[in-house]
Amino acid sequence: MTSVTVKIPGGGKTSIPHFPIDMVNANERAASFTKRSIKKQSKMDALYLAIEMTDLTTLEGMDTPGKVKQLCAKGIHPVPQHLLKDVSRNYDFREIPSVAAICVYPSMVKHAVEALEGTGINIASVATAFPSGQLDLRMKVKEVEKCVKDGATEIDMVIDRGAFHCGHYQKVFDEIVAVKEACGDAHLKVILETGELKTYDKVRLASWLSMEAGADFIKTSTGKVSPAATMPVTLVMLQAIQDYYEETGKKIGMKPAGGIRTAKQAVHYLCMVNEVLGTDWLSPDLFRFGASALLNDLIKQIFKQQSGQYYYDDILSQD
Amino acid sequence: MTKKKATKKKVTKSTAKKKKTSKKKTTRTTSTHKLKPGMVFEYDPAPESSAVVSIKKKYELFIDGAWVAPESGKYLNNENPATEESLGKFAIGNEKDIDKAVKAARKAYEGEWGKMSGKDRGKYLFRIARILQERAREFAVLETLDGGKPIKESRDVDIPLAAAHFFYNAGWADKLEYVYPGKDVKSIGVCGQIIPWNFPLLMAAWKIAPALACGNTVVLKPAEQTPLTALLLAEVCQEAGLPKGVVNIVTGEGPTGAALVDHKDVNKVAFTGSTDIGKLIAKNIGHTNKKLTLELGGKSANIIFADAAIDQAIEGIINGIYFNQGHVCCAGSRLLVEESVHDIVVKKLKKRMSSLRVGDPMDKNTDIGAINHKEQLVKIKEMVAQAKKGGADFHQADVKVPRKGYYHAPCFFDNCSTSDMIVRDEVFGPVLSIMTFRTPEEAIVKANDTQYGLAAGIWSEKGSKVHQVAGGLKAGVIWANTYNKFDPTSPFGGYKESGFGREGGRHGLLPYLEVK
Repeated sequence: MTSVTVKIPGGGKTSIPHFPIDMVNANERAASFTKRSIKKQSKMDALYLAIEMTDLTTLEGMDTPGKVKQLCAKGIHPVPQHLLKDVSRNYDFREIPSVAAICVYPSMVKHAVEALEGTGINIASVATAFPSGQLDLRMKVKEVEKCVKDGATEIDMVIDRGAFHCGHYQKVFDEIVAVKEACGDAHLKVILETGELKTYDKVRLASWLSMEAGADFIKTSTGKVSPAATMPVTLVMLQAIQDYYEETGKKIGMKPAGGIRTAKQAVHYLCMVNEVLGTDWLSPDLFRFGASALLNDLIKQIFKQQSGQYYYDDILSQD
Repeated sequence: MTKKKATKKKVTKSTAKKKKTSKKKTTRTTSTHKLKPGMVFEYDPAPESSAVVSIKKKYELFIDGAWVAPESGKYLNNENPATEESLGKFAIGNEKDIDKAVKAARKAYEGEWGKMSGKDRGKYLFRIARILQERAREFAVLETLDGGKPIKESRDVDIPLAAAHFFYNAGWADKLEYVYPGKDVKSIGVCGQIIPWNFPLLMAAWKIAPALACGNTVVLKPAEQTPLTALLLAEVCQEAGLPKGVVNIVTGEGPTGAALVDHKDVNKVAFTGSTDIGKLIAKNIGHTNKKLTLELGGKSANIIFADAAIDQAIEGIINGIYFNQGHVCCAGSRLLVEESVHDIVVKKLKKRMSSLRVGDPMDKNTDIGAINHKEQLVKIKEMVAQAKKGGADFHQADVKVPRKGYYHAPCFFDNCSTSDMIVRDEVFGPVLSIMTFRTPEEAIVKANDTQYGLAAGIWSEKGSKVHQVAGGLKAGVIWANTYNKFDPTSPFGGYKESGFGREGGRHGLLPYLEVK
């Protein structure tokens, strides 16, 4: 096995294993999870869990304080109370939980903080010249510091894919280290943008590099590049997390983002996490979905499980 | 995720608690509304419905396009290995029944079927293939009930592949002159075919489709453990309007098969099954003018090099040996691992095995179903017990196994030697033996150190090495960076005691043709 050596802060070196991934078989294994059939109580539990793992996201040029506030309201109470009248009569009805975090652009952090005050919901901010990452490191660090100062509890940074493709792994590594330092107590999610890395070999290498540099979470995509999250890419990253845990004892989180729109997809992802990493990772502390449309579908399926029928789409708020 | 746990979660997750959370933002790393870490995500049962099939109380023999009672009047009980429940009775054919079936096949061969154009024969085969697809769910459920294999496999592998074999061979029916360009080919006559219990419908398709495409007629004897899908295939032949006598299905045990092999008017015998019976058949046929193909046992090597994609190789090991409970003649039952990655491979393999779901074959989430029948389970257990005495390290997956029915948790023996019984003898169950090697040359020598030669797998990301090693292996099928992949276009068959003749592809037609 070949490896890439990078210098670590404070002197010394660490080696990042270049672990080959066979694409055909990785795709096949990932597809096997889509054949799991999750029913009844296990389905219900998975749907609730998926809501609790959602990073409800808005990342648009046209984002405004108003939009962010409405999204926060949706994140706190995904279903308005009056809509719960029907289903909440069922004896075993569980309250629909809040999402894990609201994910916004840096300029929107303070609006989200205001809207989420006292709810316990995390405020995630994308940073480091999202989505391209093509900016000087000092300015990236400044951006992160500003986000944290404004109240972001989680930072979703992007790696410099240009540098990565050039083989400037040290640069990619150093940037993550610097951003991690700027994060302070805030959790750091490192976005690999797997749609631009293209090969699973590179996804694996970038995953390990990020974990070694201090990522709390590794995340597939910005949502701005197609394909965003896919099952096989997530599988490759989960297996990297597994190996990293075996080697270091550190549990790193995983966040697939973009392209997960249906409850069924989310349940398949949870099966994959369950079977690859085990139940420890079935927690918002270690697994998140970066999504927006997903939330309403999860609620729709919960209502369907509770009432035996589908509600029409417009009954839920479209924020 | 049991109900009990769900209620527990409810208690810990109240809104009141949520509101108490500190307003200080930056330290808020864990949310109060999360589920308990370490909870069990148990999948609720997701059984496939058996309502699509109706099991008859009694199954007759299918001879000359009609269902007829056996001459002996004897029937045998059929059992579902997953539940030990009865699946009705099926007829035991004797010499007289075989004689009737062969006569019917001869009549059809001399008559309508033998005179039919290839184009028209193709139409019937296409029709059978389409009906198989249309009734796929019914076939899958029946296959799983009868043989204990997971519904996932019968649904996604057995039945689609069986249909694919009919489609593929249907295409050849009017193109036989291109099988051997420049030569004239002719059909042979009546084929006696005996198939095993591990892939009942698929093996029937492998046998019947090329025989019919080439213009022959057949008498098929399914295994006594798994007769149901072959009998349903007879129904499909009727539905397709296949002329009577072209396909005859005579169920029964060993003596029924022997009667078929020994029948004077059979022109060709095709057998898939154990090497012992194969040798017996070869001996009996030696002094006749019958043609013969044998597809017998195996002890195939799955070779993992240090430069392999290890996580995917683990999948290949699992698929190689635990697919269909290891009841696969080409199963990768001998794992050869380059010594430098032995420990990591074994560690990852153990972890992966613990995530396998063993249990009710009808459950859509089951990865490993029931052992095909009781005698086989006894045989596997005996071999495992004997191998345990041999000194190799035994590991069995820590998985739940149902109490009723015939089950065997997947297992392996590590640090084996080439001389160990468990390395040399075919188990035909979910039992793997592991050995190490140092160089590609040593891997080739070890892989070839067996009486069998059906298949092999090579795992390396280095293409040149894969080709070099493949060239040195004495096996009929060699997979690179995959295992147990089947396709009707690809010939399948063995070296040495794994038999002779090929099934599938252009080569699979040759045993059913005379070349002039």
